[in-house]
Amino acid sequence: MDQRVDRGDAALNWLARWETRFKDSGAALWIFPLLLLLAFFFVPMGSILSIMFSRTDPIDLGQIWRPLGFTIWQAGLSTVLTLAAGLPAAYVFSRFTFPGKGFMRTFTMLPFILPTVVTAAGFNALLGPRGWINLALMEIMGTSFPPIDFLNTFTAILVAHVFYNIAIVIRVVGSAWTQLDPRLEQSAQVLGASSSRTFREITLPLLKRPILVSALLVFLFDFTSFGVVLMLGGPNFSTIEVSIYTQALSLLNLRMAGLLTLLQLGCTIGITVLFSKASSNQAVPLFPRLQGEGTHAPKTWVQKGAILCVVLFLFLLQVLPLGALAARSVTRLEADRGQRGESQTGLTLDFYRELFVNRQQSYFYVPPVQALLNSLFYAGVTTIISTAAGTLLAYAFVRKPRVRHWLDPLVMLPFGASAVTLGLGFIVTFNRPPIEVGSFPFLIPIAHSLIAMPFVMRTVQPALGSIPDSLRQSAAVLGASPRQVWWNVELQIIRRALLAGAIFAFTISLGEFGATSFISSPRNPTLPVAIYRYLSQPGAMNYGQAMAMATILIIVCGISIWLLEKLQGEKHANA
Amino acid sequence: MKTKLRILLWLCLLLVSCTPKASEQTLTIMTHDSFAVSEDVVKAFETQNNVGLVFLKSGDTGTMLNRAVLTKDSPQADILYGVDNTFLSRAIEEGIFEPYKSPLLASVGDDFKENLAGMVTPISFGDVCINYDKHFFSSRSLAVPQTLDDLLKPEYGESTSEVPLLVVENPATSSPGLAFLLATVAEYGEDGYLEFWQGLKDNGVVVVNDWDTAYYTNFSASSGKGLQPMVVSYATSPAAEVIYASTPLTESPTASIIGENTCFRQIEYSGILKGTKNLELAQKFIDFMLDVQFQEDIPLQMFMYPVNNNASLPTEFEKYAQAASDPAVLDSTLISEKRDQWINEWTEVMLH
Repeated sequence: MDQRVDRGDAALNWLARWETRFKDSGAALWIFPLLLLLAFFFVPMGSILSIMFSRTDPIDLGQIWRPLGFTIWQAGLSTVLTLAAGLPAAYVFSRFTFPGKGFMRTFTMLPFILPTVVTAAGFNALLGPRGWINLALMEIMGTSFPPIDFLNTFTAILVAHVFYNIAIVIRVVGSAWTQLDPRLEQSAQVLGASSSRTFREITLPLLKRPILVSALLVFLFDFTSFGVVLMLGGPNFSTIEVSIYTQALSLLNLRMAGLLTLLQLGCTIGITVLFSKASSNQAVPLFPRLQGEGTHAPKTWVQKGAILCVVLFLFLLQVLPLGALAARSVTRLEADRGQRGESQTGLTLDFYRELFVNRQQSYFYVPPVQALLNSLFYAGVTTIISTAAGTLLAYAFVRKPRVRHWLDPLVMLPFGASAVTLGLGFIVTFNRPPIEVGSFPFLIPIAHSLIAMPFVMRTVQPALGSIPDSLRQSAAVLGASPRQVWWNVELQIIRRALLAGAIFAFTISLGEFGATSFISSPRNPTLPVAIYRYLSQPGAMNYGQAMAMATILIIVCGISIWLLEKLQGEKHANA
Repeated sequence: MKTKLRILLWLCLLLVSCTPKASEQTLTIMTHDSFAVSEDVVKAFETQNNVGLVFLKSGDTGTMLNRAVLTKDSPQADILYGVDNTFLSRAIEEGIFEPYKSPLLASVGDDFKENLAGMVTPISFGDVCINYDKHFFSSRSLAVPQTLDDLLKPEYGESTSEVPLLVVENPATSSPGLAFLLATVAEYGEDGYLEFWQGLKDNGVVVVNDWDTAYYTNFSASSGKGLQPMVVSYATSPAAEVIYASTPLTESPTASIIGENTCFRQIEYSGILKGTKNLELAQKFIDFMLDVQFQEDIPLQMFMYPVNNNASLPTEFEKYAQAASDPAVLDSTLISEKRDQWINEWTEVMLH
């Protein structure tokens, strides 16, 4: 026992010596996120890859190029379209106040949580062969053939990617845009610059970094796209991730799946480094502004027109499909369902009521409230872990640029990791207590945090980088302790970005399906897993219950985001 | 510094103490997402044997099999349920099973007992068939196709009806899709099946990746109200349409085409995983799965048929589900040998 104490003291001394070195490297900031990454990403990924490559399945290099080419092409195009649609929206949200703004802002986040199988149902209710739009067009044009062929097309993939990811551009660029010092633009205009020139030469360069950040995040999301390509694009399109799924789970060719996984990881590193290079020479220190300082009610007709266009666009893109979904959850199709075109419908709450009944006395029945609580618990833990870790990383990267060079691509890796491979990795690695798939309650939120953490880091970092040193110094000179400087100065400035990151973390966790379906325990499923269960059996009641559960997911998530934003707003009002 | 360290130590302690303690004896069953069972059936086995049942579900059949293969050195479960005849030989080749021959196999038909290798036990079966929208065919007074050959006739073609009438799933991503492909191989042989698919493609057919999309987006008699009045689904789907109807139905809106070789029979097996520490109990559970109580629970939970001849079917099944009398059969060794090749050839013809 005494020996232990001695050893403990020696260890403490040793630690003290290392403490200085530790502080110099900023390791206190990045060690926790790095350990998280090592234990829950590199170890499972490494062990599954080594198993995959130790097998003797045949390798066919010819099957790599087609999906690789298509993956890059669709991700690039989707990113450009998402930026084109998202930037005007970010501008409108960060510059103007208008009625319904809060609602629309919240709403843009909601697609993020939806499992693809539900999104597909939403688009089908709207744009499918018997969707509302086609029915209306058939009525107008007097044809019996639906004029719009949307599902199973390349367009469907692109639209769905914009539908999912536009929130990233709106939030990341929007939060930076709100922080911009309006005096810079004002002085340029006073000096005679036209508004377009001001935008080109002042605003755009200042926003370059957040735009690149959002482009990177959107690109990586599209790059690893699985459900959208599988369910909305159909069998004529295959991304690398879809190929991994087919190779590993259908053809049982694990070596091929491993190769494709490595390819995807390699691309992720390459893309991250490329984007980092493009945005590294930036960081213009700015005096952050009070929230709301730069926003005002629209004055000119042009401004009003711009707002109207953006709101209308978002309404068509996001509110309508989700609305169609919610409408389906309270609509009963009458028994005589074959009657094409003239659908006889009635309103009903049966699907919601039925959710609470274990009609078949199934052992795996889960009441919706339980699934909801599971989801909320995982989402809450994910938010805490990833916000803490992501913020630490952002600090490490801003203070120690050298660390950023090597750690940044590593942190982004989970983003580009195949959910199938990582899921299998979790299964192989975490198979004995205390950390066991299916029983260790923190495994799911940790898996979600791997994706949410870089998100938080990416949103917080630009805001943190924009804080000029002089601001901290003056606070210190005025007698503020480091802690006070952090609380009263830095936190106030990064709070908006932090909130954006936290909301993303929350929603990523609520909607994640791929990895969760591998590691959730069957009697404690999350909402998306429960929704999927209903949709895997025929019958109008199953379909209706899936829609009802999806609607519950949308509403709960909407309320949560709204509350988070409200909380932030009130804090500001008190300050 | 010291306080920090102390806090850290406490946290570690806390983490360690949080780990669950070894509880009563448990038997773990690894299975796929479609597995379902009634609460009282589970309870019955648990009380009879004073054991707790734990179910591990991981995705579809392919994912489940991968999980079992990847963890065969330190098995995560005692029993694997749900490997089907399209995967059977592969599973046996991987050497994940402990041999067992249940005495209850005596009341199982011979059709189900081929290629078991003394390793696995058949538990349930289902037929993958084309479902059709009754209303579509009756309202147009169009005869329902009876054979695969019929599907190539012009009256079921795109040229006559403006849209393709049949939606099928991609065999590379969907298990009913693969089953239907196998049915065509059984009907036309290895040399002729691609010709059939080429003909189907020329006549008009929609291919989607998964059963959900095919059934809920494309099929006209489902809640998705799609355009195709025929879909590759299960012979039990019409019964599910009645059981899970939103308003009580006396007749199913759909039915299956159950002609010769139009359906493919999927048989699901259960096996004891090598390395189990509960061999005796695992054997008991296999017997339990073959016994009447569990077997009669299968239809309404999983929409499959029991293999035990003594198990009776629920009335909904008697009324609305049709088991194929003459389903397509392929040797499971042949399937595992050729499935990749057939999938690739099919992809070349249908998607490129």
